[in-house]
Amino acid sequence: MNNVNANYELLLQKAEEYRNSLGYGEKIRIRVGSATCEHAAGSQIVYEEFQKHILSSGRQDIILEKTGCTGRCSCEPIVGVFIPNKLPVKYQLVKRETVHKIFMDHIVGGKVVPENLLDKTPDSCKYHILMCDGTGCGGALDSGLRFQFEMKIAELGLKPEEVWLTHIGCLGFCTIMDKKEQTVQVMVRPDNIIYKIKTIKDIEDIIDSHFKKGKVVQRLVAKEKPISQRFYNLYGDVAFFNKQTRIALRNAGVVNPESIYDYLHYKGFLALKEVLQKNDPEWVVKQITESKLRGRGGGGFPTGQKWASARKTQEKIRYIICNADEGDPGAFMDRSMLESDPFSIVEGMIIGGFAIGAQKGYFYIRAEYPLAVERISHAIEECRKHNLLGQNILGSDFSFDLEIRLGAGAFVCGEETALIHSIEGERGQPRVRPPYPTESGLWGKPTVINNVETFANVPPIIVYGPDWFAQVGTRNSGGTKVFALAGKIQRTGLVEVPMGTTLRDIVYGIGGGPAGGRKAKAIQTGGPAGGCIPEKYFDTPVDFDTLGKLGSIMGSGGMIVLDEDDCMVDVAKFYMEFCQDESCGKCTPCREGTKRILETLTRITEGKGTEEDLAKLERLAKLVKKSSLCGLGKAAPNPILSTLNYFRDEYEAHVRDKKCPAHKCRSLIHYVIDPEKCVGCTMCAKNCPVPCITGERKEVHVIDTARCIKCGRCFEVCRFKAVKKL
Amino acid sequence: MCTHNNIQNTDNWKEVEGFAKKALPEHIVAFIEECRQDANPESKLIKVLQLVQEHFGYLGRTQMDAVAQLLQVPMAKVSGVATFYHFFRLVPRGKYLIRVCLGTACYVKGAERVVDKFKEELGIRFGETTKDGLFSLEGTRCLGCCGLAPVVEINEEIFGQVTPDKIPAILEHFTEKESEIKTQ
Repeated sequence: MNNVNANYELLLQKAEEYRNSLGYGEKIRIRVGSATCEHAAGSQIVYEEFQKHILSSGRQDIILEKTGCTGRCSCEPIVGVFIPNKLPVKYQLVKRETVHKIFMDHIVGGKVVPENLLDKTPDSCKYHILMCDGTGCGGALDSGLRFQFEMKIAELGLKPEEVWLTHIGCLGFCTIMDKKEQTVQVMVRPDNIIYKIKTIKDIEDIIDSHFKKGKVVQRLVAKEKPISQRFYNLYGDVAFFNKQTRIALRNAGVVNPESIYDYLHYKGFLALKEVLQKNDPEWVVKQITESKLRGRGGGGFPTGQKWASARKTQEKIRYIICNADEGDPGAFMDRSMLESDPFSIVEGMIIGGFAIGAQKGYFYIRAEYPLAVERISHAIEECRKHNLLGQNILGSDFSFDLEIRLGAGAFVCGEETALIHSIEGERGQPRVRPPYPTESGLWGKPTVINNVETFANVPPIIVYGPDWFAQVGTRNSGGTKVFALAGKIQRTGLVEVPMGTTLRDIVYGIGGGPAGGRKAKAIQTGGPAGGCIPEKYFDTPVDFDTLGKLGSIMGSGGMIVLDEDDCMVDVAKFYMEFCQDESCGKCTPCREGTKRILETLTRITEGKGTEEDLAKLERLAKLVKKSSLCGLGKAAPNPILSTLNYFRDEYEAHVRDKKCPAHKCRSLIHYVIDPEKCVGCTMCAKNCPVPCITGERKEVHVIDTARCIKCGRCFEVCRFKAVKKL
Repeated sequence: MCTHNNIQNTDNWKEVEGFAKKALPEHIVAFIEECRQDANPESKLIKVLQLVQEHFGYLGRTQMDAVAQLLQVPMAKVSGVATFYHFFRLVPRGKYLIRVCLGTACYVKGAERVVDKFKEELGIRFGETTKDGLFSLEGTRCLGCCGLAPVVEINEEIFGQVTPDKIPAILEHFTEKESEIKTQ
């Protein structure tokens, strides 16, 4: 028996003492989002402004702190105001000027500032009920309990200011409850109590006792705490969040990423403690295998299997690497996790290191993410200070340390053998596999490489058990996946949903669809290695296998929504430009093939393509896919093949009719002025850089198409929609 | 053997070391010496070059030579690594490096037009620097702020939702800063 438990308890005690000394629980807390994207939106200025306000007010009962990003990108900067015993209030798009109003009205005056509430959440209600709509609670759906609750509230005439009910995706709770017992979970905020209800009587009791008299109905209270509870405590009222299931992102926007004590307070390192206490690496590997966790970097290789094969080798020196070289354009979940919850990635890595028997681990982070590097270095330092890294971790026999290595801007380094070369200080070029890195990796030693999100999932699997995790996902892929939703969509941001959620639910249910009621044409998943999935397949449940069948990949989880204004040929060309530029040049199919494909695509978008080109393009793309050395080349043709498959008509329009249906390809469009709409304001002529627009004031203007450079400036400045793209 | 600048054709290690140390600032020399104590010193090459670029703004031939000598790796490897990774620059750049994100989200939201406007305003192309040495223009891989697309990064400061008409004001912000420094 080792004394891991005692050491961990000591740490916890320290954390609580620290938090108490600061006055957590009694004081008002203001939390300002702090991550690269938040900073870009101006959160640092907001933070300083709050600091000034607190100082000049002389108030001692306010804690100002930073938190990571929640992933609700287009609403940043986000500020949370937490007054004890009141529902947490979150503000969006906070500017320097709004800080004063929030401070005076809300913190001093006690009145919420309605115009900045995050996603227009109701400003005040006494109790907020979150009702789980997850499939795990599905059995009870039939008995109509959900509707009963709403009806009862209406029947008793409880007003929205008193009790307000929202349906949420899943509390991530389903599997902790007794499987035979069909109950619906409801969470009551701000008390943050979870009830399991079975009958109408239960509902009546909750309303009578809790809502009317303020007394908790003990007999219905769930003893266990679901993983997402902390997140819902804070963000349960926001539609963007409550349709998600947060496992990997459980702490994003909840913990202070720069405080190890905060992380400890939220059950941090509990998984590590359990692992070290059990002291059985095989057990850890078994848990991970049973959880059906698959690598989140894109390949989807079962993590447990990878760990097991590294364990099998004779070699005693082994390494574990965290691949944080997030190069996919349009994917930013790894950055968010590194910046918002660095300790959990570190914890996942230590557990991984223990499981495979490694002595040393490396973080390979892109140099483009300076804040992530800073947060991870800080987390590593803190862990060393608290005996969570280094010799005899928590008093066990296990010694392990971490080191950061920076990438230098090469997309191909996301490929594992190239990444290893890069850590060794070489040019980041891939090599032939096998041998796989688990047999011969870094400096020829067995090496396990996992993605950031994979490591983020490890601690919850240990704490909540593999069965729970496996049940969240589909048959072959356990758990959730974080997607970075961007492009032509209203609510951009990070979305974590169970494997098997449909694309439609993600794009329309959570993302709100494209702005202005436009129609989404396709969704591009998986970055430059992925494909474009047309709207008609939006009802496909998403996991590694289904996306593969549609000719795309899960990739690291980038999702770019495209609408009618996006030309699919142009999108394919964009990705090919990227891959061509990033091709390391080692193997011929990728080096030469991508170049020729790009030339062909460029010809097509310039209106010089022929129908023969399409056949050539398809043949060449298939060839590159089959014969390239590494994943980059093998996947580079995916955007072409998928668009050729689903949007062949657009390609044909380019080569046959020399027209770009989306009016995107510059060589194939021209601008004209509609004489009926033109009022002769001269705006277009003034802004034309060539200038090729002529016309007198208050008379119809004309574009000389021969001289026009098609910059589109006139189209943008015309206030009468008289300029047309044809 | 190096035949460049101060490092002469010589077998005298002391002399070579002396020249090499002079070419690099102290903290980098100290870092390299620290690396040499480790098991795999050559693996720190990228980190060393990053430090050099951070200090000088680019990787000059003299500095690369010095790194090769002090870290005891062939110059061919140093230059091989320096030319492989996008992050490294072999020519000096302007005081403010404008990097326009060309990730997918930015691209579909009009990064191309942002690039055009920068080119028009500054009169330079990608990879070039303005005559006053103030601005350099580059395209960059996804900066991970897709929610704020299109995004532009100028010396670690990030600007979100940039439209072409916002660009003159952004540039002015920096030129004003410069003239303030000058008057002081």
